[in-house]
Amino acid sequence: MFKILSTRQLATGIKQFVIEAPRISHKYQPGQFVILRLYDRGERIPLTIKAVDPQAGTITICVQSVGKTTHLLNLLEPGDSLLDVVGPLGKPSEIKNFGTVAIIAGSVGTAMAIPTTKALKQAGNHVIFIEGARRQDLVVLEDEIRAISDEPYILTDDGSYLEKGLVTHKLLQLLDSGRKIDFVLAVGPIPMMRAVADITKTRGIRTVVSLNSIMVDGTGMCGGCRVLVGNHSQFACVDGPEFEADQVNFDVLVQRNSMYRDAEHKSLDDFLANPERELALVRESCKLRELEEHAAVVPGGPHAK
Amino acid sequence: MPNNNPLPNKERMKILRQHMPERPADVRNHDFLEVNLGFQSELAKQEALRCIACAKPTCMHECPVGVKVREFIDLILAGDYLGAAAKIREDNVLPAVTGRVCPQEEQCEGGCVLGKKGDSLAIGHLERFVADYEQKSGKLGLPAIAPPTGKKVAIVGSGPAGLTCAGDLIQKGHRVRVFEALHELGGVLVYGIPEFRLPKDIVRQEIDNMRKMGVEFETDVVVGKTVTIDELMQEEGYDAVFVATGAGLPQFLNVPGEHLNGVYSANEFLTRNNLMRAYRFPEFDEPVYDCRDRNVIVVGSGNTAMDAVRTSKRLGAKSATIVYRRTEAEMPARLEEVKHAKEEGIVFTMLTAPVEFIGDEKGWLRQARCQKMELGEPDASGRRRPVPIKGSEYLMDCDLAIIAVGTSANPLIQSTTPDLATNKWKYIQADPNTQRTSKPGVFAGGDIVTGGATVILAMGAGRRAAASVHQYLTTGVWETSIPAAETTTHS
Ligand SMILES: Cc1cc2nc3c(=O)[nH]c(=O)nc-3n(C[C@H](O)[C@H](O)[C@H](O)COP(=O)(O)OP(=O)(O)OC[C@H]3O[C@@H](n4cnc5c(N)ncnc54)[C@H](O)[C@@H]3O)c2cc1C
Ligand SMILES: Cc1cc2nc3c(=O)[nH]c(=O)nc-3n(C[C@H](O)[C@H](O)[C@H](O)COP(=O)(O)OP(=O)(O)OC[C@H]3O[C@@H](n4cnc5c(N)ncnc54)[C@H](O)[C@@H]3O)c2cc1C
Ligand code: SF4
Ligand code: SF4
Ligand code: FES
Repeated sequence: MFKILSTRQLATGIKQFVIEAPRISHKYQPGQFVILRLYDRGERIPLTIKAVDPQAGTITICVQSVGKTTHLLNLLEPGDSLLDVVGPLGKPSEIKNFGTVAIIAGSVGTAMAIPTTKALKQAGNHVIFIEGARRQDLVVLEDEIRAISDEPYILTDDGSYLEKGLVTHKLLQLLDSGRKIDFVLAVGPIPMMRAVADITKTRGIRTVVSLNSIMVDGTGMCGGCRVLVGNHSQFACVDGPEFEADQVNFDVLVQRNSMYRDAEHKSLDDFLANPERELALVRESCKLRELEEHAAVVPGGPHAK
Repeated sequence: MPNNNPLPNKERMKILRQHMPERPADVRNHDFLEVNLGFQSELAKQEALRCIACAKPTCMHECPVGVKVREFIDLILAGDYLGAAAKIREDNVLPAVTGRVCPQEEQCEGGCVLGKKGDSLAIGHLERFVADYEQKSGKLGLPAIAPPTGKKVAIVGSGPAGLTCAGDLIQKGHRVRVFEALHELGGVLVYGIPEFRLPKDIVRQEIDNMRKMGVEFETDVVVGKTVTIDELMQEEGYDAVFVATGAGLPQFLNVPGEHLNGVYSANEFLTRNNLMRAYRFPEFDEPVYDCRDRNVIVVGSGNTAMDAVRTSKRLGAKSATIVYRRTEAEMPARLEEVKHAKEEGIVFTMLTAPVEFIGDEKGWLRQARCQKMELGEPDASGRRRPVPIKGSEYLMDCDLAIIAVGTSANPLIQSTTPDLATNKWKYIQADPNTQRTSKPGVFAGGDIVTGGATVILAMGAGRRAAASVHQYLTTGVWETSIPAAETTTHS
């Protein structure tokens, strides 16, 4: 089991967790993610690893409440455990000195983009970071963004904090003013990534997007996460999650992500009607797993202590 | 050999094969409870009476692990069911599983002499009977464990190959730890084969027994990602590793429209239902396509296809159809599954292959463009090759299409272990007798070596690997027939 050591509320509905997961912390590379499961009736959901501390054996994740599982997860506190966390999954981000890179991130995508941004910075790139949020209370990790980028821009859709506008406006503004950008990474809502891809494609700027398709196992076994890239099926969990933006068929991504909408709404409504009940089930599941892990061993057997 | 059969051979051969009691087809195709109810002791004894106790039992030769069929049948006749179970366990550690899922008609029962004139002995049903009796009695005799040897073995994958190997090695006194990528143990037995054919409690019980024997299990470890084979051996001190990761990569048809909502791999459809229990949504969180009042097609005709199509029927499909490009004679599924599927109302459309999937404006599957086939000359597999009939294309209505045309090797381990030799399909090369690979201390077996096969063949490989691991650990001698990997084949 995977103990939650600390938590921090980053913004409305977005929470950060530090979790004990020594194996994952040792193998992690920027761009990779975990899949977790909260209890024996739970589903498996993918979440990006935001940071690791191999010495402490911990990983950090940031979670935005969107449906049942993320809402439930965000109720957990230090002292609770996660039943299953598996990873690190997916291909690491491509890290090299491109020159000037622009990282474009929306809401929780900001947290997801941070490790790759740091690595790009370390590789010698000049880093432009454009963070967008709908409102002031959804702006996350501002200090961290400022610390790891050469040119941080933070915008809100409604102008309630700092600059008003969309991240794509800022990107266009920079490009129109003659800034040379060699590489773009966009992480966030699909419409935003698509809009970025449209802008950079016409200007021939290499752009990578991180695709959040629906996943089950995360190891290439089910094919449920497949995305259409360059007109070929690719598995986002093993071939991605990052893909060349100009090759991605965003329509198919939107379509496939809508597959379980009715069920997702039912799950969320049922959950919100009685969140305490589910929380109790999560804690019970963890108790049972703990018992199982300490199951009786044969006296004198090979692993008797 | 004692003979507890009171009847002369002639009389024995007059008895007809006992019928397995099963739940009515129109009831069971609405739920996920087990189809077969199992023999009661009276039926079992009556069936056992049919065995003519051959001097050279061909049944045993056709069983891939050589279960001593004649001897365990005789123990049934003596009323010693626990003894019969112990006899089976000498060669087969998961009898409650194999009794249910072995393709008996091609193996033990296929070899039974009774089959030449009439019906062969129901060996599978009897094997299941004694295994279930043993479990219900609670008198499972755990085998003796040898004193600790101080050696550590890592097993990668908890399917039948990995479990069998772990069970054998723990008895030899080695420390054994099983690493599993998923959150639940059992491999295909839990994520692939549905509850109505193999109740998950049966698998769980066997795993609990192994825990009691001292086998350690660690779930949520994807070897190759979470830790590599080299790290297990060099940093975590494992003296040997057995790789039993199965053939879990889904194959698609690579026809247009496969990205539509409503096209699944059989792996995804079965994993959602079995591993994640989506058939119990919303009690369980994982959703699956709502099959109620929908037309479902399953492309393929192996056990996987039968499991998928029968699952969709149970989820309320209006029609559930197998679409296969050859004919019934070539279908690789177990006979019993095909029979059960037909009883449950599954439609079989033979000599047909989808060539395109067609969706509505929102991207949901609505039709499959299908092509009719005819059988031509035999191909490499010996089966007659399906040949498309020109101009035979037609549209078939379907809202859900499940692709069950086979699986291939998952390359995660191979690509992070460059000195592990693979063949051109990325299956790991292992010696068929010793299961040794090209890499010292590393053994492999089951579907990851042979490609998708059967539970009992995987168990046989696990067993051979255990013997070979033990020999290696006690002698320190490493010999293998597998040449070193050409590092150039790995990129
Ligand atoms: C590789 C990868 C990395 C990810 N990293 C993070 C992360 O670091 N932090 C984070 O908060 N989220 C991340 N996500 C998204 C996260 O997995 C989903 O938000 C989560 O699965 C939703 O589960 P749920 O049960 O709460 O909601 P659901 O009930 O499954 O969905 C509720 C609504 O959310 C939307 N939705 C569903 N699935 C997804 C999805 N995969 N991505 C985006 N929206 C979705 C749909 O509109 C749906 O109606 C990542 C996804 C992937 C594939
Ligand atoms: C739907 C279906 C129905 C079937 N029906 C029958 C039947 O009726 N009769 C029959 O005899 N056979 C049947 N088979 C075939 C049989 O199940 C397989 O041949 C058998 O399970 C193979 O055993 P295995 O131990 O080699 O691998 P598997 O059972 O595939 O187990 C491999 C395990 O390794 C794990 N793993 C994979 N990669 C890694 C990794 N990198 N790190 C850690 N763990 C990993 C997997 O998650 C899995 O749990 C069926 C197969 C399917 C899919
Ligand atoms: S293990 Fe399978 S093949 Fe062997 S006797 Fe049992 S049912 Fe028959
Ligand atoms: S071949 Fe058939 S009749 Fe002969 S011993 Fe085996 S089961 Fe009995
Ligand atoms: S999530 Fe199953 S293959 Fe990617």
